[in-house]
Amino acid sequence: MRKNNLFHWTPDRSAFPTIGPDGKPDIDLDSHKLVKIWHGPNHPGVTGNMSLELTISGDEVVESKTHVGYLHRGFEKLYERRTWIQCFPTVVRMCVPESDSNEYNLSAGIEELAGIEIPEMATWIRTLVLEMSRLQALLRIVPAQAGTLGLGLGVQWGVYLRDLILDRFEELTGGRIYHMYMIPGGVRGLLPDGFKDRLEENLKLVDEFALNLKRLMLDNAVFKKRTIGTAYIPPEWVDKYGIVGFVSRAAGVMKDVRKDYPYLAYDQLDFEPAMSTDSDIYARTWIRWQDMISSVDLLRQIMAKMPTKGEFKAPTPNVLHWEVPKGEVYVRSESTRGEYGFYIVSDGTKYPRRINLRGPSYTHAVSLLEKMLVNANISDIAAIMVSLQTCPPEIER
Amino acid sequence: MKDIIENIQIKFKISEVTKQRDNQYFITVEKKDAIQVVTYLKDMEKFSNFILLTAVDWIEKGQFQLTYLLSDPILKYDIGVRTYIERENSMMDSAHHLWEHVATFQRELKEMYGIDFPRSPRVDEPFLLEGWDEIPPMRRDFDTKKYSEETYFPRPGRSTNDPAEHMKKKLYPNEKK
Repeated sequence: MRKNNLFHWTPDRSAFPTIGPDGKPDIDLDSHKLVKIWHGPNHPGVTGNMSLELTISGDEVVESKTHVGYLHRGFEKLYERRTWIQCFPTVVRMCVPESDSNEYNLSAGIEELAGIEIPEMATWIRTLVLEMSRLQALLRIVPAQAGTLGLGLGVQWGVYLRDLILDRFEELTGGRIYHMYMIPGGVRGLLPDGFKDRLEENLKLVDEFALNLKRLMLDNAVFKKRTIGTAYIPPEWVDKYGIVGFVSRAAGVMKDVRKDYPYLAYDQLDFEPAMSTDSDIYARTWIRWQDMISSVDLLRQIMAKMPTKGEFKAPTPNVLHWEVPKGEVYVRSESTRGEYGFYIVSDGTKYPRRINLRGPSYTHAVSLLEKMLVNANISDIAAIMVSLQTCPPEIER
Repeated sequence: MKDIIENIQIKFKISEVTKQRDNQYFITVEKKDAIQVVTYLKDMEKFSNFILLTAVDWIEKGQFQLTYLLSDPILKYDIGVRTYIERENSMMDSAHHLWEHVATFQRELKEMYGIDFPRSPRVDEPFLLEGWDEIPPMRRDFDTKKYSEETYFPRPGRSTNDPAEHMKKKLYPNEKK
């Protein structure tokens, strides 16, 4: 009987694929030792509309290429033909799960170019809104880390609580996902009567949820076995790959715009971003779980410290004919995923010359993820992606 | 921050310095010096964090502005290195050897503005677009409206109403004009 080499099991997996003289794997699909599969764009384990072109040897990834563009709406191009204020309805859509960072950055950029100082009340309300936004995003994504490994219960709890925060957004701004509440000069209105009490009721439920989620996910033996030591990021990669936010903090490198470049009322709040040196999926989950608790604490501090009355918007020129002074600026804020920046160029006309978004996923989901997935097991891919909290819309804008 | 700008001025020709705020400056350098200035800032002035590389189309001057934005994670300084290149046959030296993620920015600029970065990894691979045969879409001479009218023409049966006229007809059908 002829021996079938194709099905001969080789314990030494390092033999596949062979490494060429240039140090790269020799990807010969005709060898029948490698398989090419697409992970996404429609896949429950993908964070949004992106896909990974994977070359697999057995169950190990040999090469990964990130493909984006499935949600490209050409926003940055459209801004060339819109007045500054007309950019707001679309700018929030540049990152769906956390839209408020976009409107804050654009407002702050315009204000800086035009030399407008916003009232104290607006400063505090903006801080409140940004923290509410952080909390609702974390309520969705932190339990989703367990969801990628088959533990979906926490996701259901998180979605319910996120909806309660979205209720608060709805009564404050009129919108649940996209708010367009921050506008150049300040915000669109004050807090409704009884808002703080209703938010406090929601926060109590989040406190309870955080403890339950710890028991369900962070103390879970299977979750620990799958995530501890998986997808390690060395700290020296932080600058090399432009890593920011919680991914950087999990690797032991402190990066948090709220501390590094204090904006709004963050310098008046008492908080310390969580840090770790383990830099694996578990550490990145633990940090975001801590961020969620920290966000609840910050919301309570903001509600206690914010003024009860005052102007919520500084006067601005008529927004329909506003010619923002010539100049360029880079403004940043801390999103749940890390530093979120806008590079804005004005040529002194009614229309922006250039608005460029630099989101954390631009590097986390492309150069970093492509590197991290090499030698990863295919069953860990979804967990690795969610551990970086990649958000495709901010890559393709 | 001022001393850093002075240090750069000793070594390179800076044609313009713009102070945006105390910890954010923009400088303009010549095309031939741009990568050297970026390398100098990274290696000698500890601007180890590369934030972004992007282009601004100054079609009226026939130029693209390239901005390399770096930050110093310890002193919390930002510096934007601007340089101008010709719009026609636009080409720039690659900086992919300095940071791993620079290649992604260059790949996007090649696709969206048509700026070539020879020897940058995968620079010719499509990034967002698939089967695109028009001029690079972020160039200002690319007309988005014209393109969508030609490509996505209106479906039969659709009509457009002036909102004011439509509401007038709906609310006051008997009112004479």
